[in-house]
Amino acid sequence: MDQKELRLIESKCIQEEPPECTAACPIHIDVRTFIANVARGKWEEAWKILRKTMPFPGILGRICDAPCKEYCKRKGAGQAIEIGMLEQACVKTQAPKQRIIPLPKKEKCIAIAVSKLSGLTAAWDLSRKGYEVTIFEAGGELGENLLSMPDEMLPHDLVREELGILFSLGVEAVLNSSVDDEKFLSDLLNRFDALYVGPDDGGLSSNFLERENVFSGGFSHYKAKSPVWQAAEGRWAATSIDRYLQKVSQTAGREKDGPFPTRLYTNIDNVAFATAVKPLDDESGYTPQEAMQEAGRCLHCECLECVKACSYLEKFGSYPRKYSREIYNNSSIVMGPRQANKLVNSCSLCGLCEAICPENFAMQTLCLEARRDMVQKGKMPVSAHEFALLDMQFSNSDRFAMAQHETGHESSAYVFFPGCQLCASSPDKVKNVYAHLRETLSGGVGLMLGCCNAPAFWAGEEELFEKQFSIFSGKWADLGRPQIILACSTCYKIFKENLNKANIVSLWSILDETGLPRDCTVIKSDVPLALHDPCTTRYESALQNNVRNLLQKIDQPFLELTAKREYAECCGYGGLMQNANPDLAKTVIKRLAGKSSADYVTYCAVCRDNLAGAEKRTVHILDLIFNKDGESVPAARKRPGWSQRQENRLRLKHDLLSDLWAKDETNRKDNDGIVLNISSEVWQILEDRRILVTDLEEVIRHAETSGQKFFNPDTRHFKTSLKLYNTTFWLEYTTSDNGFTIYNAYSHRMVVSGKEK
Amino acid sequence: MKNNYASPEDLRWKCYKCNIFLSVGPATLIYMGNKIKAQLPVCPQCGFVFISEELALGKMAEVEQILEDK
Ligand SMILES: [Zn+2]
Repeated sequence: MDQKELRLIESKCIQEEPPECTAACPIHIDVRTFIANVARGKWEEAWKILRKTMPFPGILGRICDAPCKEYCKRKGAGQAIEIGMLEQACVKTQAPKQRIIPLPKKEKCIAIAVSKLSGLTAAWDLSRKGYEVTIFEAGGELGENLLSMPDEMLPHDLVREELGILFSLGVEAVLNSSVDDEKFLSDLLNRFDALYVGPDDGGLSSNFLERENVFSGGFSHYKAKSPVWQAAEGRWAATSIDRYLQKVSQTAGREKDGPFPTRLYTNIDNVAFATAVKPLDDESGYTPQEAMQEAGRCLHCECLECVKACSYLEKFGSYPRKYSREIYNNSSIVMGPRQANKLVNSCSLCGLCEAICPENFAMQTLCLEARRDMVQKGKMPVSAHEFALLDMQFSNSDRFAMAQHETGHESSAYVFFPGCQLCASSPDKVKNVYAHLRETLSGGVGLMLGCCNAPAFWAGEEELFEKQFSIFSGKWADLGRPQIILACSTCYKIFKENLNKANIVSLWSILDETGLPRDCTVIKSDVPLALHDPCTTRYESALQNNVRNLLQKIDQPFLELTAKREYAECCGYGGLMQNANPDLAKTVIKRLAGKSSADYVTYCAVCRDNLAGAEKRTVHILDLIFNKDGESVPAARKRPGWSQRQENRLRLKHDLLSDLWAKDETNRKDNDGIVLNISSEVWQILEDRRILVTDLEEVIRHAETSGQKFFNPDTRHFKTSLKLYNTTFWLEYTTSDNGFTIYNAYSHRMVVSGKEK
Repeated sequence: MKNNYASPEDLRWKCYKCNIFLSVGPATLIYMGNKIKAQLPVCPQCGFVFISEELALGKMAEVEQILEDK
């Protein structure tokens, strides 16, 4: 990603776009911050916000006609905020002291022959920029038309005081001037570098107005009478004059000089209705208290739609525009800490943000690209994905992977690929489903066990993914490229992106079309279950419909979550979030579990298990359809632990091979009689620390054969360690006739060596 | 990690092979090409290094994270 791509990505996030009020304001006052200060009674701060952009705030704050109000989002939930009245309330409070420091003097002088607010604003801006400014006023006092307003509305003393600021900046005023006389104005051009003439001076010839050092501008219609539009007109004239004298482009970067449509999206769906505060005294407007109350209705418009919906985006305390910059900086670092590694690796890559975002900002694309970049540069932290990649390696090894035609068939019309996690979670259901498919479908239903390699894809390990996927494709080609029946929506997504779509079909579509097993006793729940769509089905509406049809066919009442279909939430497994940021994954699954108080039904084994792991009663749809074992409460089934998940796969392959293909696979190398006694407390430790029993067995085997271990005479416990893969495992245990009792286990990645003697 | 990372409880362990109580001695920790010297409980005879749970899950995990993000 280069700077240009970054800016393109950044620009999709609209959180920093101005709110409607600021965009609609001809001079773009930061209305949102102004109102926030008013709401908290921070009058001095509110004053300062007005001063930042508003010329003569004491004057304009009183007479501003607030064209912004019409665009206020509050209108959609009551009435627009009374922004004009809030400005008035603010400028009636004591103005904080200020010192205006103009820029260094420029040797250029400017004549202004407009005495309305536009001319005064031009003088205000140009004098601050260091120009020598002279105002030519037709009347006998500067600002005559402001002084013609009623004193109650605009106190004359105040007008004189505010205009006095111009004099303090060195602006000169020449009164009783013939500002309508072209001859008089022409003479001014001999003495001044630029001239600003008013819009209403109809007497001036176009020849005169087209001279390059003559600036005019103005509006017909109502805008000519609008104070804030007058101020804006003066400001643009000042900018044009400044640019002319600085010899820079008149037009570059000025697209947003006036009101513009903002892209900011603000959701007002859940905003409570509220109408504007009525001032007790209409004549004098809001009291400070009334103003604060009215300002309290401001929605403080912002987008954050994705952040509100995603614990990951919320967790890192900012929003995608900022994140994209952090990720870009992270990848550009040559030396020093890469602070956004965690940000990059914690995303579940589920794509919910893209589905929600009004501009389809896709955080997952950004994070996946960054991961691939890190892997290529050798900068990916090993610990982020290793456990999952080792599990994938297990699934693709001989211990689990296999590809067979149906017994008695030489070819396959279909091949069932249940996916590694369904086999890890519910090996018996895999057997049931496979039996049913063989019974229902003709032409031979082969079986392939293995992993779809999603972990490598998510980890940004492109090479590994390509390699493993081609191994899979080779085995599939050997079976004659039968149509692949998929039970896992992650597999479905991966296969769809990497194989021709005609080659795959979801199990749910098969079951929906060919019917349910005849002999199955459906154990359904009379109370409705809440249906959770796995995030990998986000845009698979046909597949989602199949599942709904199946639930109807078995008469299982169900209800829809708000986070359904396109807006489905991830269970924390996606993108290997669970590996890279286990704490965040816990927050994510709790959030998903809290969407409904009903028991859940889902059709992804990992979602099922993660929900169960978060104490949420959840059934897999296969638990309902293929309930031959008379399991009474499948929703209460515990999440099988990491070791169990491998054991289940190992055993499933073994059982299927011996039951269906009459092959005896007894080459299980770990069957050497090691018996481990593990209490439930220690099991929990192993789960939390992701330590597999097979690893423990290997550590013990090594300690007992080599004698390399420690002994504690107080507790009579042994302790030993062994480095496997990139990890050193430590184990505290005792030995007895009944095997080994495990007391504790932990691991580290640093390689330790002592002094050899 | 230049400090001494041996606690009194660690020194209650014996090297099983050498049948000697552990003592504090120099050890090297290597991760991602970085070498760190530390004083750890080791067998004075064979040099077998003992890493406590507290050290593995505390300071070591912290340093591993820092080195991985470097
Ligand atoms: Zn020793």
